[in-house]
Amino acid sequence: MEYILPENIASNSTRILCCQCAVPIEANPSNMCVACLRAHVDITDGIPKQATLFFCRGCERYLQPPAEWIVCALESRELLALCLKRLKGLNRVKLIDAGFAWTEPHSKRIKVKLTVQGEVMGGTVLQQTFIVEFTIQHQMCDACHRSEAQDYWKALVQIRQRANNRKTFYYLEQLILKHKAHENTLGIKPKHDGLDFFYATESHARKMVDFVQSVLPIKCQHSKKLISHDIHSNIYNYKFTFSIEIVPLSKDSIVCLPKKLTHQLGSISPICLVNRVTSTIHLIDANTGQVCDLSATVYWRYPFTPICNPKQLVEYIVMDIDILKEHEKKSFPGQGNVSSKHVVADVWVVRANDLGLDVNPIHTKTHLGHILKPGDTVLGYNLGNSNVNDVNFDKLDRSVVPDVFLVKKHYGERSARRRARNWKLKHMAEELHEGLSSSNDDYNEFLDDLEEDPTFRQNINIFKDENKIAVDTDEIDPTLPRITLAEMLDDLTIEDVEMSEV
Amino acid sequence: MAVRVQFENNNEVGVFSKLTNAYCLVAIGGSENFYSVFEAELAETIPVVHVSIAGCRIIGRMTVANKNGLLVPSSTTDTELQHIRNSLPDNVKVQRVEERLSALGNVITCNDYIALVHPDLDRDTEEILADTLNVEVFRQTVAGNTLVGTYAALSNRGGLVHPKTSIQDQDELSSLLQVPLVAGTVNRGSDVIGAGLVVNDWCAFCGMDTTSTEISVIESVFKLNDAKPTAITSTMRASLIDSMS
Repeated sequence: MEYILPENIASNSTRILCCQCAVPIEANPSNMCVACLRAHVDITDGIPKQATLFFCRGCERYLQPPAEWIVCALESRELLALCLKRLKGLNRVKLIDAGFAWTEPHSKRIKVKLTVQGEVMGGTVLQQTFIVEFTIQHQMCDACHRSEAQDYWKALVQIRQRANNRKTFYYLEQLILKHKAHENTLGIKPKHDGLDFFYATESHARKMVDFVQSVLPIKCQHSKKLISHDIHSNIYNYKFTFSIEIVPLSKDSIVCLPKKLTHQLGSISPICLVNRVTSTIHLIDANTGQVCDLSATVYWRYPFTPICNPKQLVEYIVMDIDILKEHEKKSFPGQGNVSSKHVVADVWVVRANDLGLDVNPIHTKTHLGHILKPGDTVLGYNLGNSNVNDVNFDKLDRSVVPDVFLVKKHYGERSARRRARNWKLKHMAEELHEGLSSSNDDYNEFLDDLEEDPTFRQNINIFKDENKIAVDTDEIDPTLPRITLAEMLDDLTIEDVEMSEV
Repeated sequence: MAVRVQFENNNEVGVFSKLTNAYCLVAIGGSENFYSVFEAELAETIPVVHVSIAGCRIIGRMTVANKNGLLVPSSTTDTELQHIRNSLPDNVKVQRVEERLSALGNVITCNDYIALVHPDLDRDTEEILADTLNVEVFRQTVAGNTLVGTYAALSNRGGLVHPKTSIQDQDELSSLLQVPLVAGTVNRGSDVIGAGLVVNDWCAFCGMDTTSTEISVIESVFKLNDAKPTAITSTMRASLIDSMS
């Protein structure tokens, strides 16, 4: 056993009694022992121990005041940063450590454990660890609030066509799909003779208008409605509306041009067939094969309406056809372009209904000389017997109006064509077609048009229809216009193209 | 007996009062509360006098005193000096000193026998001090501070010094003063002892913030518990002994 010397208290340092609890301590600036100092001063005094976080249940984001909503996972750095920003008095102390204490995810509580250092009583540095409890409260963010109130759109594009069929809209749908112009659209609503597109911002809507302007002949009007405003911050809340009117002409309609316009268009005959409607209106004169393009601005300067619509088409049987020789073709100085794709011919037809009766074949001229041969069925308008109400038509000399205006070749039964059709188109939204299903014939006619006119279909995507049961190719009439396999795309996704979430 | 007192919500009572074994000076305050605490404790034995120095209330810091005498700075007006002379016992010498360090209470601390002074104090002042207060003068520091009056409080029975004073310094000072010294605090950990505490041989006054621990330290080092001079032990004692003999 050794004698252990009592430990020498360092003689240099004076020990004084703690002024609160009389424990001998070394003198320090506050002259209190650590325990008393802790009990006496709280460096976390100015820091709230409870705070509130706002959380939007709709989009699962947290509010970062004043107006920002940020996504952050539980126990993430972002959430910690957000929590620390919510604490007011933290700048008065030095933050050493911060972390989450575990809480039940559904408890709507977040506990943050903080370690801070603070200077008290003239130079004593005190370190303290404490827990701040955040209560999560629900508050709807602005975006969710709008969508909840069905008030989520700021701009509306109304596309209208005052026409008898909806083929133009089917064409527009395919163009939109091909160019993905509907990416920012919040919703599409079919309306009477048109469609409504909804957008969150004006610029998105303007982009849509620009797109439609580039693919179809249209007229556009712009208006805005003041929803609310704040005079103090000069903030105005508008709803914008773009009203687009598409030229009310569709393919295979017959128009009667105003006299002035015919002069501008290379003295084309006033009775013309609408060959195609793309960004411009393509007109063709059956008598001469003369063609012209009419832009939207010119159209709206001299507006005219169709005098015959595809519904009035009548079947005729070609009795005889005589292609015009080069020298027989009429030409005059100042004449516009003559189509090289069409062949003008003299043709003698009989109405399919009158076939077998003893009637004289009707003579007319047609631009379809290249595809017609005796015995073919052809669709045309019986202009001589039709009752036309048109100002320009009334002014015409009746002798120049042909009795029959042939429009297109008829390729047999529609159901046979449908069966032979081994391709399909994509659609934007089913509801769009439900709204349009009343005119299912229009859609089939549109598909027929695509098959017949390669230039018409060059702007849209056509997909192979794998579901179609392979039809014996021998049964299919080889004369039917078909879309070649090279023009079709492989459809990779079975579903329709996804619409953006509303 | 140590008493807690406040001067107009201020705990630094040593600034506003001066206590010796023969008399007590208090500042003229807005209310009489401060004065009446001293009066209640001391009136039986020694005079308690209202005083101002150069129109100021901080008399504790401006003057230095013991039972033999009182030194006031040169800024003291004649009227004030006359009032002090009239109020104090005749055997107390009152002297005005021309000293650059005019806050005499901060640069000098003393009991009835020894005075510790600021190392830079004038030679003449030192002489006057020794003559007037009847003390032996030592130039010293307390815990490295030259303001010995600020950081120490002395009586004939003990002394309280700055909490940072080392053991060696305490030993040295107590061998000079021939009284026990202790390092301590007043007013809940304040190290300005001279400002927080006035003391004589039987009584001490400290700031209202002073904790019971600090009081017990003060009472034990100044031995205040066992000494309570009453009329019996002071003035009556002589006559009693006289009559008994």
